[in-house]
Amino acid sequence: MGRAMRLNKFGSGLISVLALAASIGMADAKSDIIVAMQLEPPHLDPTGAAAGAIDSVLYSNVFEGLTRFGPDGSVNPGLAESWTISEDGKTYTFKLHEGVTFHDGSDMTAEDVKFSLDRARADDSANAQKALFAGIENVSVVDPQTVVVTLKEANSSFLFNLAWGDAVIVAPETVADIKTNPVGTGAFKFSDWVQGDRIDLERNPDYWGTPAKLDNVTFKFISDPTAAFAAVMAEDVNAFVGFPAPENLPQFEADPRFQVLVGSTEGETILAMNNKLPPLDNVKVREAIAHAIDRQAIIDGAMFGYGTPIGTHFAPHNPDYVDLTGSSQHDPELSKKLLAEAGFPDGFETTLKLPPPSYARRGGEIIASQLRAIGIETEITNLEWAQWLEQVFRGKDYGLTIVSHTEPMDIGIYARPDYYFQYGTPEFQKLFAAITSENDPEKRSALLKEAQEMIAADYVNAYLFQLAFPTVADARIKGLWKNQPTQATDLTAVSWEE
Amino acid sequence: MLQYFLKRLLSLGLSLVAASIVIFLALEVVPGDPAAYMLGINAQEDTLNALREQLGLNGTILQRYLSWAGGLLVGDFGTSYTYRIPVAELIGERLWVSLPLALYALTLSTMIAFPAGIWAASRRGSYVDTGVMGVTQLGVAIPNFWFAMLMVLVFAINLRWFSAGGFPGWDEGVLAGLKALTLPAVALALPQASILTRVMRSSLLDTLGEDFIRSARAKGLSRGQAMWRHALRNALIPVLTIMGLQFSFLLAGAIIIENVFYLPGLGRLVFQAISSRDLIVVESVVMLLVFAVILVNFSVDLAYALVDPRLRSRR
Repeated sequence: MGRAMRLNKFGSGLISVLALAASIGMADAKSDIIVAMQLEPPHLDPTGAAAGAIDSVLYSNVFEGLTRFGPDGSVNPGLAESWTISEDGKTYTFKLHEGVTFHDGSDMTAEDVKFSLDRARADDSANAQKALFAGIENVSVVDPQTVVVTLKEANSSFLFNLAWGDAVIVAPETVADIKTNPVGTGAFKFSDWVQGDRIDLERNPDYWGTPAKLDNVTFKFISDPTAAFAAVMAEDVNAFVGFPAPENLPQFEADPRFQVLVGSTEGETILAMNNKLPPLDNVKVREAIAHAIDRQAIIDGAMFGYGTPIGTHFAPHNPDYVDLTGSSQHDPELSKKLLAEAGFPDGFETTLKLPPPSYARRGGEIIASQLRAIGIETEITNLEWAQWLEQVFRGKDYGLTIVSHTEPMDIGIYARPDYYFQYGTPEFQKLFAAITSENDPEKRSALLKEAQEMIAADYVNAYLFQLAFPTVADARIKGLWKNQPTQATDLTAVSWEE
Repeated sequence: MLQYFLKRLLSLGLSLVAASIVIFLALEVVPGDPAAYMLGINAQEDTLNALREQLGLNGTILQRYLSWAGGLLVGDFGTSYTYRIPVAELIGERLWVSLPLALYALTLSTMIAFPAGIWAASRRGSYVDTGVMGVTQLGVAIPNFWFAMLMVLVFAINLRWFSAGGFPGWDEGVLAGLKALTLPAVALALPQASILTRVMRSSLLDTLGEDFIRSARAKGLSRGQAMWRHALRNALIPVLTIMGLQFSFLLAGAIIIENVFYLPGLGRLVFQAISSRDLIVVESVVMLLVFAVILVNFSVDLAYALVDPRLRSRR
């Protein structure tokens, strides 16, 4: 009896020690996360640069705007709890959440909203998306919880625009060093940045909304695809968002330690054509090029099968998307016929300038060979981003180029005649103006579909595929965003499985 | 000796001025606007101008050169266009990775090369010699990034002894820092050690064939005594030259290894700065590396004088 008692005591002691050890181990593993991504933010001010990496770290986690994007791309209330829009669509009255504080302890009020919006549209503003705010006539504070924004003209995209990372609310007293010490209102606080290596965030205990489940978040930056593979395999990182080596994904899918999420993005990958440069100014020539392209061969060859074919400049996951891939199906014979009709029975020669991403470099080789099959010879030049911006985007010194347009809802670029592919016909401008001022959802949807059809029928560019967004993560992590409605790694709902 | 020293110093100064002009002009002609890179494709013309004004990109070439070079003289490297923090701070942090990594790799390679080179030379023509020469041939031939990936596969993914890369920072302790630098240092040291071993061996063999060694042996010194007392010191000059070159290479040339192990070192800083057109960072880091190379050469010149008294007495 005594002996049994002792054994029992010893046994239960052992169990409690084990339980304690397990709970310590659990607490460690379950509340922290290391997330890797390819690019490091140049600095930490989402309102002062175009770099998507800034939003990938800070959007929703540290900084919030009046509205915010949900994982499905819908526009949801953010710091504004509700709003009313005047009859003419020009006046927005926002009701702010009560009890919202910045990470430095100060209250977030209507004054901060006015400051942030005025700062973004000021003359000396360095906001990369200043155009989002160009329609604002005036921002006025009614009381600490109410702010009124008056627009010059009705703009049906205004709430959408306010959800961008470039429209987040910042505190006036902290903007001086926001680039190295960002102070926002989000569920996580910025804690440390070791340049070139990592950024640490910690849970904001005073968060106004649903608190984050994780205590600590570390973002690591690994640009080399081979190193990225090694880091995930060695479990040095818990998740890799935007995994750069699609050829390795099947290996992770087969490994029970990992989950692979392949989501959609706002990135329409296109073969852009210089619509003012002969012979590309001839719509028949552009149509010939569009029919020369075998999208699936490019998706398979350049993206290892990841990517959704598109036939116009619109994201397939959007409810207003029209599938127009049929108007530019792969048909080399038709291409040759069209070229002959356009007066180029023997083809012609043009330039193909490629920026660094692999979709462009690998895709460019495949497209060059597909064009050669119909008699078009391309002279391929590989460019760095800075050169691409200067030569192609600003200089318009190119025939063809491949690029992914990652901004959400950016069909408006087709209304700009000075944009690098130089389309911007008066008809499209008129149509786009109608879309912007249309507040009725159904009519707006019809107009958006019309716009997609117009650019597809004019063969402005050859539309290739929607860029996929692969994430490789520990199989026990829940709540990661699969899609990228905007560049973000929203970790506010992420947790470890029990 | 003083004259030798002053002459070296003057050539050091002139090289630096020439280098600063070449570096600045070379980067000025590189196409690409840093402001356009930062603000991306939706930026408006007035926003770009506002940013260029903030960055001081609107002055003439001469103004910008003078303000940069003048700053360098007083230790002010300017402010990074992208990171918006002083370049000196940025470089300082990176040096804490690159300098220890270079020293670690150099130490490893010296520790391997000296004994191996001496051993091979002292047993010339034996199996030992053949073996050392064979292994070093392999070491020179294997690309270090491939060797690095192989080590990651074995030690990080399979054995889990090391992490696959990254650098925790020295705050986590010296041991953690050294552990993180071990695989990269080994990868960097392997080819360097192989080269150095071969140089050490052939230089020692040359010296062992000299008349003064024969005289020393004739006076009754054993082969080993003659080597340790007379040959080794004389064989060091070419070895020092190679070590100097290797150190500068390790400091600046670890870009690929830094990428494989995603270490926040100087090489990767330059690489990123070039693609983002953060010209002031590129200029300053390149200038610093030039300075380091010139300084190392200068020290090697002085070390020659220490090893070889004839250089001291010569004007």
